[in-house]
Amino acid sequence: MKTVIIKYNAGNIRSVLFALERLNIEGVVTDDPKEIQAADKVIFPGVGEASSAMKYLQEKGLDKVIKNLEQPTLGICLGQQLMCKHSEENNTECLGIFDLNVKKFTSPVENLLKIPQIGWNNITGLHSKIFEHVPQNAYMYFVHSYYAELGSETTAIANYVINYSAALQKNNFYAVQFHPEKSAEHGEKLIESFLNL
Amino acid sequence: MLTKRIIPCLDIKDGRTVKGVNFENIRDAGDPIELGALYAEQGADELVFLDITATVERRKTLAELVTRIARHINIPFTVGGGISSVEDVRILLNAGADKVSVNSAAFRRPELLNELAQEFGSQCVVLAIDTKFEDGDWYVYLNGGRVKTESKTTDWAKEAVERGAGEILLTSMNNDGTKQGFALDITGRLAQDLSVPIIASGGAGTMQHFADVFEIAQADAALAASIFHYKEMEIQDLKKYLYQRNLSIRF
Repeated sequence: MKTVIIKYNAGNIRSVLFALERLNIEGVVTDDPKEIQAADKVIFPGVGEASSAMKYLQEKGLDKVIKNLEQPTLGICLGQQLMCKHSEENNTECLGIFDLNVKKFTSPVENLLKIPQIGWNNITGLHSKIFEHVPQNAYMYFVHSYYAELGSETTAIANYVINYSAALQKNNFYAVQFHPEKSAEHGEKLIESFLNL
Repeated sequence: MLTKRIIPCLDIKDGRTVKGVNFENIRDAGDPIELGALYAEQGADELVFLDITATVERRKTLAELVTRIARHINIPFTVGGGISSVEDVRILLNAGADKVSVNSAAFRRPELLNELAQEFGSQCVVLAIDTKFEDGDWYVYLNGGRVKTESKTTDWAKEAVERGAGEILLTSMNNDGTKQGFALDITGRLAQDLSVPIIASGGAGTMQHFADVFEIAQADAALAASIFHYKEMEIQDLKKYLYQRNLSIRF
């Protein structure tokens, strides 16, 4: 089995590689369209800013490659946001795999809501194969200022003053807002389930 | 619901864990990777590694250590100590660190915070402040608490957040090493005034101290070192206690 991690100008790739390594899987980091298309599993990670990430993907022709993938593909954090339709972060048109908008958290009262959300939050309403071995209300590690709204593609819900999509799925496309590679044993189970799809 | 975080801190010197009491009298407390992995297993929510090595080779050895930590530990961790440039941060993030903490260098050249936020995003920029109460207010100290400044902690923290710091790690020098509890007043002031999470540090001795810093001072996270290193308190017991106090805690 070949697992590919899409290389682009967003951080965090090393953490994903190490998480795979702890599961005895060797990941390949690449931005080569052919290698990505030929992989059994694709991971689309990301920590960074939406507009510059999208610009980079477009320049490399990776936007079309990702949209047309047919094998199981997992977006993480910014990866999930980029798989949505549009992001409020610098008014960015994204890949449009999920028919959802990405919005910025706003505090109802000044400083009540710390932004970005940093830390462990629980996820509910889990219904996707990647959650097969993750219990309801499991805690996952989140670091983000933007979130995907709820929709029919939502497969896990988190709450930070409002309810939002902690995970999404449409056909072969899976996405999570949290960082499974940093979410201790529940995160490991999720990655393992994704790799076993 | 977002939980309060318990963060063990590991001071690193020449690749080993040490702990200073009131920033002096350093004493060996074990292997950092072993300790870090143990804490992760016991339910630590994050780890902080502070490098206090003062050799020329430190940057290279620290990057290697960071990679070893990232390989073995499945929870987020922050690395700090002597970080003074965008390049330093790039090396540590590429080595596998999730966040970095900056202290004296950011105070001396505050633009560093803008540069780091711009380049890597605020979410990985932690500003550490060592503070001491004197003459009626809390002042910023530099160089591991050896150099006093004329800046008030509230002013510097506010400026730092405006420049792009994503979290504040606040250590009270008055409380550090005393085991008499966290500095609730200054922690509370920052938690109320700022839009970013506050990590309280210095003074943890009992489980009640953690409950106080979360309930009274509204800290988002609490950091401690020696009580965990010397097994005076088990992380699991602490989290159970806090959970029973109705605080939002991860198990």
